[in-house]
Amino acid sequence: MQLRRLPTGVVWALGALPLAVLVWDVFAGGLGVDPVRDIEHRLGRTAVYFLVASLCVTPLLRLARINLMKFRRPLGLLSASYAALHLLAWAVLDMGLRWEQALKDIARRPYLTIGMAALVILLILAATSSNAAIRRLGARRWGAIHRLVYLAAPLALFHWLLAHKIWPGKPLLILGAVAILLGLRLAWARARRFASNT
Amino acid sequence: MRPASDLTWTDVTPEHLFLNRRSFIAGAAALVAGSAGAAGFSTDEAPNSFDEITNYNNFYEFGFGKTDPARFAKGLTTDPWSVEIDGLVDRPGSYSVADLAPDNAVEERIYRLRCVEAWSMVIPWLGVPLASVLEKVGVQPGAKFVEFETLLRPEEMPAQRRRSMQWPYREGLRLDEAMHPLTILATGLYGQALPNQNGAPIRLVVPWKYGFKSIKSIVRITLTDTQPVSTWQAMQPGEYGFYANVNPRVDHPRWSQATERRIGAGLLGGRQDTLMFNGYGEQVASLYAGMDLARDY
Ligand code: HEM
Repeated sequence: MQLRRLPTGVVWALGALPLAVLVWDVFAGGLGVDPVRDIEHRLGRTAVYFLVASLCVTPLLRLARINLMKFRRPLGLLSASYAALHLLAWAVLDMGLRWEQALKDIARRPYLTIGMAALVILLILAATSSNAAIRRLGARRWGAIHRLVYLAAPLALFHWLLAHKIWPGKPLLILGAVAILLGLRLAWARARRFASNT
Repeated sequence: MRPASDLTWTDVTPEHLFLNRRSFIAGAAALVAGSAGAAGFSTDEAPNSFDEITNYNNFYEFGFGKTDPARFAKGLTTDPWSVEIDGLVDRPGSYSVADLAPDNAVEERIYRLRCVEAWSMVIPWLGVPLASVLEKVGVQPGAKFVEFETLLRPEEMPAQRRRSMQWPYREGLRLDEAMHPLTILATGLYGQALPNQNGAPIRLVVPWKYGFKSIKSIVRITLTDTQPVSTWQAMQPGEYGFYANVNPRVDHPRWSQATERRIGAGLLGGRQDTLMFNGYGEQVASLYAGMDLARDY
């Protein structure tokens, strides 16, 4: 596998593509009757896709010997960026900057509270993603903080599920995938504990 | 920002007019009449464009996406069509759309539509007062409620093949709500026959209630003495009540109902305050005098 020879810039370029297409659609009128909703939803979905992609990196290495380790950080940062843009689209375009209602809604609507929790985690992880932050925190503490991603992913998916009146199929499927990805970590952690106990 | 909203029903393409000449003429007659008589019922707000009204729909029988109905409702057979009217009526039976809404009775009503999902539109409907239909069939003294049912035809309504909801879709009104002059059975919009995705060939429009009350593609109307249970109410009683009156002070657990986004307002259109009874309070508030609308939501 020569994939890891690719510079991380490639991931950034690919990662900017959904945003570029979105901007293109805004100006070319490709968004349909309610562009506000389309923009908000597409940014949210893209954030989830990158988040799930970042969770695939370790299993790919361990199970398929495909080493994409150096792309994990840009994938996570892309997810955090799209999630932040999603919040921005909501606050500016959807809520029309009605701050009072916006804050009340985040506090009162479970799906928004959950989305906010996911976003806060993603932003903490983004803020502590640099090499300098790893050095400052020490590998142990840094690792503990970054395991919060295992919480952020299901939170983001519950947020997606609860935003709908009916159980939608796609997020249920992705939630299933996330359950498997997190299940693998649990299994590995148990195997490690077992190994160190004997 | 919204050139399309300047359309009036007369801007509809000639093919449509040609294809639907009869309802077009009815619409024209209604407009003339409307400027004198029905003016009190119609809003003077600019209607949404035909494109917006027909490409942003919740009609779950055809899928849960806003554009699914426009995509998948084309195959719906709406002619022949009959509406079964039964229960506590003098003349029960099977009625055609023309029986219930004859061309010469159809009038235009430009109404605000407020969806429970906190967006809104303005729609130029064509239709007849539901009261005129109920008078035609003769409501018996014991009747207190009206129950409506949508077509059940999984061959033509793809989402009905899945069990995600309890089909057929049902809705209900109290008799006085049904008899209110604002309540209509619509058979068209923008001067032409109702497009399938908007509930062809005949649907309910109750402008002071959330959109899901305005049941589409009706095949049964039942007069009864017991309060019907609507589909959403049966599925999620904590979220949807029987009344479902537009009420900015009673939030849906998932959406604040204090404000709404007008479709077509553009990227920076923002939100506007939602009005009690969707702005029809002057006409309908008396129906609910003495009721606690936070409890009877
Ligand atoms: C404060 C934080 C957040 C707010 C206020 C927020 C707000 C919203 C809103 C208003 C919707 C639309 C619901 C509807 O249409 O009824 C939505 C949907 C969604 N959000 Fe968020 N969100 C937040 C955080 C996040 C995060 C962190 C993610 C992902 C990592 C995310 C992913 C999504 C997805 C995937 C959807 C569904 C899109 C679809 O249905 O296609 N959101 N969010």
